[in-house]
Amino acid sequence: MNTLVRENRSSNGDRPTPEQFVAPAATVLENNDGYTLEVEMPGVNKESLEMWVENNELTILGRRSMPVIEGTRLHQESRPENFRRSFELDPSIDAGKISAKIEQGVVTLTLPKAERVKPRKIAVA
Amino acid sequence: MWPSLDRWASLRNDLDSLLEMPFWGASGRQSQLFSGWTPALDLYQNNDNIVAVVELPGMRKEDIELSLHDGTLTISGERKEEASQENGNATRTERSTGKFRRSITLPTQVDVNKITASYKDGILTVTLPKAEEAKPRQIQINLN
Repeated sequence: MNTLVRENRSSNGDRPTPEQFVAPAATVLENNDGYTLEVEMPGVNKESLEMWVENNELTILGRRSMPVIEGTRLHQESRPENFRRSFELDPSIDAGKISAKIEQGVVTLTLPKAERVKPRKIAVA
Repeated sequence: MWPSLDRWASLRNDLDSLLEMPFWGASGRQSQLFSGWTPALDLYQNNDNIVAVVELPGMRKEDIELSLHDGTLTISGERKEEASQENGNATRTERSTGKFRRSITLPTQVDVNKITASYKDGILTVTLPKAEEAKPRQIQINLN
């Protein structure tokens, strides 16, 4: 209940996806107001990033545009696949208020909790 | 006193990873010789340049350091924890923070004064122009 993200590994649904993706590294932070999700997608920019919420599941898809270098590749550690990962949203999240930005290949999503679930101080009359 | 068995095991792993190193001596991503994180690095070569492409998402430009010493290019730096991480509890931490360092012995001599670097979309591209004497030369042969 408290975890924002129970990662959904079988998120392809009924549609077969022939394309292979790499799951990007993610960090999730929680505070009283909501969650912050940081996802590492080097080589992805604003134009090549897609995000959607469907059936209470958030999916982030980033297509990489890597620098094109002429010549011979002597050594490779990077993965050529695009990034994709899905997260199940905690019921406390107000899905309509999710916002996102991308900066130097890191997507930062702000997922606010719905007002009704926020901790509230009760004043003594 | 005898070093613990663990120490021997890790020394052996270090040696193993040294032996597996490719000829230009890029340290393996899983190398245990350095405790920081190791960003993915690709290396290219063409007639004019050696080009290193390094995945460094979410860095500040000023936190990336480049140096060249004895034909070895070293890319190092530190990724500081975001300010936001201080006001929240991490429920999942997969992003690496802290120091990183990668060293590559370059396959040819380069012109130190003409090295350029750019950082875009979390990818660092370092272009190292080959020294004139290291460039492949076309030889004209006159056939009679």
